[in-house]
Amino acid sequence: MGLKIDDASVVYPAADGRPPVAALQGIDLSIENDDFVVALGASGCGKSTLLNLVAGFLSPTSGQILLDGRPVQGPGADRSVVFQKHALLPWLNVMDNVAFGLKLQGVAGKARYEIAGKFITLLGLDGFQQSPVYKLSGGMQQRVGIARALTCDPKVLLMDEPLGALDALTREKAQELILNIWNETHKSVFFITHSVEEALFMGTKLIVMSPRPGRIAHRFDLPFSRRFLAGESARHVKASPEFIQLREEVLEIIFADEEAVE
Amino acid sequence: MSDDTRDTQHKRPGGLFSFLSKSRATKPGEIYGVPGQGETLWLSLGSIAVLLFVWWLVTAMGWVKPLFVPSPGAIVQKFVDVWQNGFTNTAFHQHIWVSTARVFGAFVLACAVGIPLGIAMGMSPAIRGIFDPPIEFYRPIPPLAYLPLMIIWFGIGETSKVLLIFLSVFAPVALGARAGVRSAAIEQIHAAYSFGASRWQVMLHVILPAALPEILTAMRIGIGFGWTTLVAAEMVAATEGLGYMVLSASQFLQTSTVIMGIIVIAAIAYTFDLLMRWVERRVVPWKGRM
Repeated sequence: MGLKIDDASVVYPAADGRPPVAALQGIDLSIENDDFVVALGASGCGKSTLLNLVAGFLSPTSGQILLDGRPVQGPGADRSVVFQKHALLPWLNVMDNVAFGLKLQGVAGKARYEIAGKFITLLGLDGFQQSPVYKLSGGMQQRVGIARALTCDPKVLLMDEPLGALDALTREKAQELILNIWNETHKSVFFITHSVEEALFMGTKLIVMSPRPGRIAHRFDLPFSRRFLAGESARHVKASPEFIQLREEVLEIIFADEEAVE
Repeated sequence: MSDDTRDTQHKRPGGLFSFLSKSRATKPGEIYGVPGQGETLWLSLGSIAVLLFVWWLVTAMGWVKPLFVPSPGAIVQKFVDVWQNGFTNTAFHQHIWVSTARVFGAFVLACAVGIPLGIAMGMSPAIRGIFDPPIEFYRPIPPLAYLPLMIIWFGIGETSKVLLIFLSVFAPVALGARAGVRSAAIEQIHAAYSFGASRWQVMLHVILPAALPEILTAMRIGIGFGWTTLVAAEMVAATEGLGYMVLSASQFLQTSTVIMGIIVIAAIAYTFDLLMRWVERRVVPWKGRM
């Protein structure tokens, strides 16, 4: 069971005299329970389109997306999204932002804050429950976004470059935090990034995507996040020869793809 | 180098035309290159003081006849006089009350109708298609132009007066609310939908609060239009109101009453605007910060 994308294609219709654009072509992907799938690629390769398909914001031109055997018809609480930015509600404090999804689902006040409080603790936001979100740093805002996505107990967590707007140091800390959360909650994760190092470090499966038409060009199975979760330090993992070798290999593939297209 | 000279060297260049020259490096705590940065309170107070002084000077020296420009003292005297004795057999507070009730009554009605309609226009292409042409058609027409129509259709009573002010407030409020609908980031809307929200919930919990800053700004602009239209509304068949007071005083060349009335109208409008700014700070402290 889990999420299954079955030969999905997305074609944007012709507009302004330009020919139709094949944003995604023949995507086959399955995300089993406990998988951490990372999509990597240059901008314009259809990563976000793929995420929008899974989230239900976009319906495929052909093919289908199945969640536990049922076709995805639109957005739903079984697939929470963590966005890169601009997704928190500045008129609510941290607590109410985290509890927002539960509120929409009609969970009563007390139960709502109890669940939200649990995830606030999990994300290390204790003491900031009443803070306005616009006064938090970028890294903390992103943790609020992740806590909010987790409250509704989704089957799949969709993360659209969640760390893209963070500075490099905060970003490394956030990577470790997300891996630890993933290890504790056992959610399937679909994670988009354009950082090769981040992709290799975080995922259990890596798909490298290529543009025009957007497609999955290469697939890798990755051991590194499990090594980190087994107790090895993050920097140690990232500095290991296997990691560096694979990083260079993936970079080469991406650059070769870009040249082939141009 | 003494401390004094160093201090003057580090001082920001002042003066009216400093914006034309290249900025010097800022002092700690300021951000380089922010347009229009700096305190304005003392300059504003000084500007008011200079205006008052010039006004007083030209009248005190007898350069201008009191018929054209009465002295500041005469205005204050007139204010006290009208305050105590009323104007055209009606107490001053009655004039103020009638005008304020007309403007705020029309304002409340315009917000009650305009804000929901504007939001509906932002949310639904059907409603936008229906209501956009009539609103855009009447919006640029000066209220004085359709005042006769209002009187022919709705008589010389309160209805036509309030309706005239209502129309002038309605368009900016409705258009502001309509534009405000676009304030919510698509990520905020998507986040709500991905929690299984209905369209109604998204409107109530995301689009409406995100639109609040623009709606409040539109309300401030709208009430301004309301006061502008007051005099026109009280031109015909009025026996009370500040607009009526100013108009009839001008017919009898009572210049001091005219200026006094103008200042009273401006003072009420400004007080309300300060109140709205305070509300803005309380209700949407996050405005422009995310």
